[in-house]
Amino acid sequence: MRLPVMISGIALVAMIILGSLLSLLQGALDLPPTESLLALCDTLFGTHWSTLDDYQRVVVTELRLPRLLLSVFVGAMLAQCGAVMQGLFRNPLADPGIIGVSSGAAVGAIVAIAIFPASIGPLAVPVSAFVAGLLTTMLVYSLSRSKQGTSVLVLLLAGVAISAFAGATIGFISYFSNDEKLRQLSLWQMGSLAGASQVNLWLGFFTVVALAIAFQRRTSALNALVLGECEARYLGINVEGLKRQLIILVAVGVGISVAYAGIIGFIGLVVPHLVRLVTGPDHRSLIPLSALCGALLLLVADLMARLVVQPAELPVGLVTALLGAPFFLALLIQQRRQWN
Amino acid sequence: MLELTNLRSQHGKVPHLAVEQLRIETGMMVGVAGPNGSGKSTLLRAIGGDLPVTGDILFYKRSLRQWDPLDRARHLAALPQFSQIGFSFTADEIVAMGMIPLSLSRQEGRQQVAALMKDTDCHHLIGRAFPSLSGGEKQRVHLARVLLQLSQATQPPLLVLDEPTSAQDLKQQHRILALARSLCRQRGYAVIAVLHDLNHVLRYCDHCVLMKEGRLSAQGKPGDVLTQNTIEAHWEYRPQLVGHMESIPVFV
Repeated sequence: MRLPVMISGIALVAMIILGSLLSLLQGALDLPPTESLLALCDTLFGTHWSTLDDYQRVVVTELRLPRLLLSVFVGAMLAQCGAVMQGLFRNPLADPGIIGVSSGAAVGAIVAIAIFPASIGPLAVPVSAFVAGLLTTMLVYSLSRSKQGTSVLVLLLAGVAISAFAGATIGFISYFSNDEKLRQLSLWQMGSLAGASQVNLWLGFFTVVALAIAFQRRTSALNALVLGECEARYLGINVEGLKRQLIILVAVGVGISVAYAGIIGFIGLVVPHLVRLVTGPDHRSLIPLSALCGALLLLVADLMARLVVQPAELPVGLVTALLGAPFFLALLIQQRRQWN
Repeated sequence: MLELTNLRSQHGKVPHLAVEQLRIETGMMVGVAGPNGSGKSTLLRAIGGDLPVTGDILFYKRSLRQWDPLDRARHLAALPQFSQIGFSFTADEIVAMGMIPLSLSRQEGRQQVAALMKDTDCHHLIGRAFPSLSGGEKQRVHLARVLLQLSQATQPPLLVLDEPTSAQDLKQQHRILALARSLCRQRGYAVIAVLHDLNHVLRYCDHCVLMKEGRLSAQGKPGDVLTQNTIEAHWEYRPQLVGHMESIPVFV
């Protein structure tokens, strides 16, 4: 039933490349495909092959390309964080969005946007989102853990409570903001990948690479953790240290993603599930393949968000929710059958 | 190999484990018996270092806490009593997790997994999803896993079994206990197992530990410790001695 890991990985990479090309060449502005690619070469390698006008080049290299890269980074981060969080909570329904970590990080981001001047925003917003995400993860984790693993009920209720609190905080801050801040806040809240700046991209790139390496070094330990905390300890794993490290790493990933792209739900839930179905639950393959699949999914979702109602565009969070929410319901129904 | 002295664990003000002295030598199979709630599993958790205790636990003359975690994992493994796994790992993937503290090539690992799954009579479960197995099958898969975990020990290892027979049918109960005893006899393993069937203790164990209210109330050769009187004193039930089998008493 299961597909080999190597083949799945290669197929995903191929699809990402294909999706990237589509994403670069498609959009509200109709540009000739070969010229767009030549313009890209010009920017990357300093050649002068393209005959596009300047404003057309800008569309490809400064609007579409950064946006494409950010969607790949954020998708890969969210999917990996989802997979790791499910292993950590020993529960396949854990997802940064559902259990409230994204909302917590959003509160951090919004407080930072409201308090700090726009000039230090690119740094202050992600840091603040990370801190708030970290606190939320620790809160949810300590609430929901028990000897038998974690309680789905507490996880979901914690998500409801934290999302409600986050909504209230956001409303409160918006109410007292001046016009300029209000504009920043509402733009950010739409959950868009359009805000990709150079700083964002570099920080996103380094974070996703660092996270992938850090997670990959802990995949065997995550497998052991699936057996139970006690069993993992017998297998020589420093369980307390591992949990602390994973919580911090997940908070980094979710914090940065939320700071740069707003709340994009369900990637962390849907992607690891699909990967488990195709290649099995072993974290050694689950986490890297989730990264690839998450990148692909968000890339495609963003492409859809741009193309469906062009020349306008949908918030990408809307697209992922539209795809992810029915999936989540299906999972719940399946779990309910297992309980009965 | 294992020496416990003055082991104590408090739960609030009530001590729920108080063990003066227990020594386990290599090649020894120890049966732990006692009524429900007498502290058997607690004792095993303490031996595994999974319970905060005062007192000394010396494993090969070194405190358990001073062992390198991976080295310890290669010499001390425990079979869990229950197992809940939320992801659909296959049975052989679960067994292969015993390799986590080891250094085995993929090829060697696969052979070892297959061999141990044969030993524990779960070879036919290869490729089956672990969550779909019965309780007894799950337990045997875990047994194969912990045996794999101990397969690269440089000194005879200690195997901790919490009720290894409780979920097993008659044939499997005897298979598992015979396997454990042969590991003791032939490869010098030490085994400490919680057993509810006293006839199993009499037939398979070299040493019997009786527990009551968190205390180690009696220990010695199973034939000496398990008499009608001591059994009645511990379980408030006086068994019938129905005879002897190869000079081992049989109780009903």
